[in-house]
Amino acid sequence: MPMVDIAGKDYEVDEEGYLIDLSQWNEDVAKYMAVEEKVELTDSHWEVVNFLREYYAEYQIAPAVRVLTKAIGKKLGPDKGNNKYLYELFPYGPAKQACKIAGLPKPTGCI
Amino acid sequence: MSDMDDMDEGSGIVKKFMFLNRKAPHGTVYALEGLEVVLITAAFDQDVSMVFTDDGVYQLLKGIDTKGIEVKDFSKTYRALDGYDIEKLYVDQASMDARGLTEDDLIVDVTTLSVAEMANLMAEQDVVISF
Repeated sequence: MPMVDIAGKDYEVDEEGYLIDLSQWNEDVAKYMAVEEKVELTDSHWEVVNFLREYYAEYQIAPAVRVLTKAIGKKLGPDKGNNKYLYELFPYGPAKQACKIAGLPKPTGCI
Repeated sequence: MSDMDDMDEGSGIVKKFMFLNRKAPHGTVYALEGLEVVLITAAFDQDVSMVFTDDGVYQLLKGIDTKGIEVKDFSKTYRALDGYDIEKLYVDQASMDARGLTEDDLIVDVTTLSVAEMANLMAEQDVVISF
């Protein structure tokens, strides 16, 4: 497995750059992953990232994009729980990119 | 279903998939891998039923603690199935009885079926996959 150096600490990632050990995640990791994904983190991005971390803690999986969209709609309202909003934040796939930044594995059912 | 509804579904063909879960949750990869296949099948908008029978009923036990065996506790994931629109969860009555379990011991709502009811349900499926 490849290793990356983030703020002077080594982290193990998979071949697509997803963090291997979820418990190692911190804000430095999120910022590093965001740069890799060419995403500039705003409060709106953090809201989704934190939502994903809560979702994972509760269900132990990274949700598929359809499920993520629905769950965000339930929690944060319909103006956020839609594809347009989420794809504007994470143009290359909200589940895929936001999961990476949140230190989660690639979503199941994400091909 | 009208033609209009069919068109709304896109070109996708929807089949009835039943996933039979027969094995204890840990010790083999069957339960976890089976669950992944179920989630992927649901992501393709298929009609999914899950059946838990034999030691497979243990997959749904409340209060599983995997710390001692150092593997991930994926039992919480069964509670996410609802979000994937997987609502048809069945357990086999005889398997539950043999292990002294009732629906109250399980982390999700299930329907308990007799062998005959299970056979009928199985006969309705397009695809049955066993893990």
